[in-house]
Amino acid sequence: MKINPRVSEKIAKGLIWSAALSVLAVLVGIIIFILAKGLPIINWSFLTEIPRNMGRSGGVASPIVGTLFVAAVAVVLAVPFGIGTAFYLAEYTRENAVTRIIRFSAESLAGIPSIVYGLFGFIFFVIYLDLGWSVLSGGLTLAFMILPTVIRTSEEAIRAVPDTYREVSFSLGGTKWQTIRKAVFPSAIQGITNGVILGLGRCVAETAAVILTAGTALRMPASIFSPTRTMAIHFFILAREGISMDNAYGTAALLIILIFFINVVANALVNRFVAKGR
Amino acid sequence: MKKFKEKLSGRVFFALALSSISALALITVFIIVQGVPIIAEVGFVNFIFGMSWAPSHGEYGIFPMIIGSVTVTLGAAILGVPVGLCCAIFLSEFAPARLRNLFRPAIQLLAGIPSVVYGFWGLLFIVPFIRNVLGGPGLSILAGAVILAIMILPTVISISEVSILALPRQYKEGALALGLTHWQTIRSVILPSAKSGIVAAVILGVGRAIGETMAVIMVLGNAVAVPTSILDPVRTLTTNIGIEMGYASGPHRQALFATGIVLFVIIMALNSTAQYITRKK
Repeated sequence: MKINPRVSEKIAKGLIWSAALSVLAVLVGIIIFILAKGLPIINWSFLTEIPRNMGRSGGVASPIVGTLFVAAVAVVLAVPFGIGTAFYLAEYTRENAVTRIIRFSAESLAGIPSIVYGLFGFIFFVIYLDLGWSVLSGGLTLAFMILPTVIRTSEEAIRAVPDTYREVSFSLGGTKWQTIRKAVFPSAIQGITNGVILGLGRCVAETAAVILTAGTALRMPASIFSPTRTMAIHFFILAREGISMDNAYGTAALLIILIFFINVVANALVNRFVAKGR
Repeated sequence: MKKFKEKLSGRVFFALALSSISALALITVFIIVQGVPIIAEVGFVNFIFGMSWAPSHGEYGIFPMIIGSVTVTLGAAILGVPVGLCCAIFLSEFAPARLRNLFRPAIQLLAGIPSVVYGFWGLLFIVPFIRNVLGGPGLSILAGAVILAIMILPTVISISEVSILALPRQYKEGALALGLTHWQTIRSVILPSAKSGIVAAVILGVGRAIGETMAVIMVLGNAVAVPTSILDPVRTLTTNIGIEMGYASGPHRQALFATGIVLFVIIMALNSTAQYITRKK
């Protein structure tokens, strides 16, 4: 039996629309559910008190600080390496065997599961380098994890800078380094920042890699050598062990708000970047 | 001075560019050094095909976990890939501009939400639904597959969409000019031409599903047994590590690293295939 093309057109269109709208509905559903349950929990003392009684009561001040600490260490460490790699790939070399190996490594790093980063971070940073469960171990592990994100987005941003910028700089007698510093970098900075922010988002959302490297300590981290727990870990432990559903919802709502905010900032940067390019 | 700076900057950028190679090498070496001794001790075949995982008795067989990972991932692909592909076609072909501008950031947000939140949501909604409607304990392959299907959507959608949008406009215009309907054009011209990108999207999505840990710990039930139905609880390679790493030591910990090696090898094979397919184009 042959279906009339007009009928199959309608069926296909209907299926595609309904698939797309149901994905949107699921996303909105999850977010609204978490916010509806979690927002009422969030108040000043929830944000400023450290967890008491394993998280049954008290707030999430130390997991918030832990998250920011770990993410900051990761970003500070990954950014120079990521941006440096991007400039090397985009400005200093043609495609050759070395760039192929670099690209292969970066893309492989992007695909490695976070639990494997956790295993590696545990044995290398926590045990071998003897940093223990700490902000530093967690941040170092996450730096490895977000490196490919920073490389990819930075390289795209650098390649999007029009060649005329470089030509003008060279024609004025600028060296390669001067051209990069004064002509390419300033116009690529927004795109690069977008990549860094996306990396930051991955750090905030990550659980498996940090639970094995930063630990699960509840107290306020005193330095980068202190063990800590991030908000995602705190939420995981509260929810999985059924310690406190209310505090779990509150933590999850905070996480979603943070991720949402990070995404909005990243998108705003890209849009400005695109607008400027025109 | 200028020349010196010029030379120095080139060297510095090159040194920084070696970071990803060294990172990959470090990870590979440290995981392998930790895990290989126990595989050698137990025997490769016994480790991979062994049915019993009892670290307290020195039994390390991960076959049930391999089956667990494969079934959950397969389920996620069966559920997630068609939906993801539909979304990619929707975004590139059907969506009105305003809806598209809403949809893209939404997908990005979907990718950014912590995986533990999906697991928690699954535990509260999917697991009870399966228990009440389909029977069994609810904590099951099916529950894990549903959660992972949602979690791989951003990967499948964004990579497929990029490969559809990269096609020359003439392909579509030619087909429409020949009198094909929009759907016939998509089916017989657009999808076949974008095939390699879509295949890469599916492979990378599968890679994400097989590597996910924390979300599935919450919904799979984590029993070490070969499942007989999709309503049975299972344990995957990742959850095996995630659950036991917190307290493991000695040979037990090494066995978890060995589990990591198996996972690592699977992922590297998937990634290399995806990279090969996209390069060939």
